[in-house]
Amino acid sequence: MDYKMTLTEEQQAILNGSKGETMAKVMKTLVMYGDAFGATKMVPVTGKMGHLVTSFGLGVMKPVYELMNKLIDAGAVSGQKFSVDPKPLDPNVPSDFLKNFVFNKFMYSVQDMYDSQLSKLGLLDDKSYTCTSYMDEVGNKPNKGDVLSWAESSAVVYANSVLGARCNRNSGIIELFGSIAGYVPYFGLLTDEGRKATWIVKVNTSKKPEAQILGSAIGMKVMEDVPYVQGLDKWIGTELTDDACAYLKDFGAATASNGAVGLYHIENLTPEAVEQGESLIAQGAKIYEIDDAELQRVKDSYPVMWKDKNAKPQLCFVGCPHLSLAQLAEWTDNVAEGLKKNGLKKVSVPTVFTCAPGVKEAFEKTPGAEKLKATGVVLSYICPLMYMNNPLAKKMAVITNSNKLRTYTTARYYTGEEILDIITKEVK
Amino acid sequence: MKQFKGRPVVAGKCTAPALVSHQGFNTLASFQGALQFGELPIIGNKYKQTECDDQNNKDLYRKPMLGKALCLPQTIGSTTGGMVLYCARAMGKSPACLLFSEHIDSLAAAGAVLAAVWADEPMVTVDCLGQEFLDYVKDDMTITVDEDGTVTVE
Repeated sequence: MDYKMTLTEEQQAILNGSKGETMAKVMKTLVMYGDAFGATKMVPVTGKMGHLVTSFGLGVMKPVYELMNKLIDAGAVSGQKFSVDPKPLDPNVPSDFLKNFVFNKFMYSVQDMYDSQLSKLGLLDDKSYTCTSYMDEVGNKPNKGDVLSWAESSAVVYANSVLGARCNRNSGIIELFGSIAGYVPYFGLLTDEGRKATWIVKVNTSKKPEAQILGSAIGMKVMEDVPYVQGLDKWIGTELTDDACAYLKDFGAATASNGAVGLYHIENLTPEAVEQGESLIAQGAKIYEIDDAELQRVKDSYPVMWKDKNAKPQLCFVGCPHLSLAQLAEWTDNVAEGLKKNGLKKVSVPTVFTCAPGVKEAFEKTPGAEKLKATGVVLSYICPLMYMNNPLAKKMAVITNSNKLRTYTTARYYTGEEILDIITKEVK
Repeated sequence: MKQFKGRPVVAGKCTAPALVSHQGFNTLASFQGALQFGELPIIGNKYKQTECDDQNNKDLYRKPMLGKALCLPQTIGSTTGGMVLYCARAMGKSPACLLFSEHIDSLAAAGAVLAAVWADEPMVTVDCLGQEFLDYVKDDMTITVDEDGTVTVE
């Protein structure tokens, strides 16, 4: 094959088949992928663990499982352990006979087989199914400067922006190939130049902007560019506290799903912005000003996909991306207080909070677990998006505070405050 | 008739009717219905021609994508994107070719390359065609792509 980048002797040998035909194809894929971006070389993956985006055993996606089998049969498995996105099913989440029939017989019919493939390829353990693998309770938290081979848009943007790791917005399969080869092509967000901001976003709101709407607005405006956000530190501070990190997790997920942002800098807060300040801004950067009216315009632009726009909500999901331990505690307190204020014992809409299995386990050791159970809220490790892909779920009036879930499904978006108000009041 | 010169990411020849998205193309949102349910009785009927399932894409929502020359600025959204494109190609449910006005993004590039290396039939992919290309091309115009990345629109 013709390629432009410089390979080491070892990389060249793999490409020529020294480790077998399948490994040669893995390397060929990475080289072609890098060449498309003018990558000059392949660099070692220095992060301790990988993270994969594909966690679902969708029966119809045969080409993916066939490819995985080829890798396993050839012994071309990951040289590093990895975590993976959340499982698509959890029996604790409200469902019914028909939905379960569709889930198990038509949709995720090869889940067990795929879980077994993941295990053979290098899955860390059974608790490693989450989109927030970087949580302390999960244990896949990269260090600043680590080169990663990750996918999952919300995890990549968090690792780059909040943790200062270096990772491109890799696709599913490509991220696994990087972990198998131990190399990734050097381009884009791996380079200093690619981490420069080509947009300056000026936040001039009268109150703390809703993370999910601010991220959505920025994502839709800058697409895959890198924004340098000014004025947000006024609302979320200059320290990466649990609250600030949780805010940035939700903000980043919205930038990545409503656009294609893989890295953002928050002035005076995120590591590279603190170290390098405005020198991170590229010459000729464009400017986007965001005020209350702009956020309202963006929120009003979201289509409502419910057949009956005035339908009573039938299900509520909070936790896409998965909630942190601190967020779970805060939501629990807020729901309990809201119910008390409104004279109710249980939430008025069946509600599911989602978090990583490790976070769930940690939360269940706290007094908050009983408090949450008493409100009727279900705590789950599920991926709400995969639940909503069920055509029967699509017909339900589902509400969420996740802009990612709104983007990919028929779930209707409300702010966190609005969600709290809806689920703690009598539904009329 | 007008010609545009782009960069072949996956070189090849192709002729197909155009389908145009002026906004970022969300791969997962667009293909998820067709890939999950296209083979099913009744439910799958509305996805037989890989109808676009992205409710946020005003240009493409519910339009068939199968066999079309998909003209777009870039792809956006979930990092399953490349895998989804690869699957669509391997399952015979993809557009005929991908034509990007801008530089290809990392997810679409992954899909195009995975299909080129691992699927039976590569998906011709050209990028850097310029904004003028996207302004000029309209749905159902005939697109012809040459090996060297020349795209003829008529």
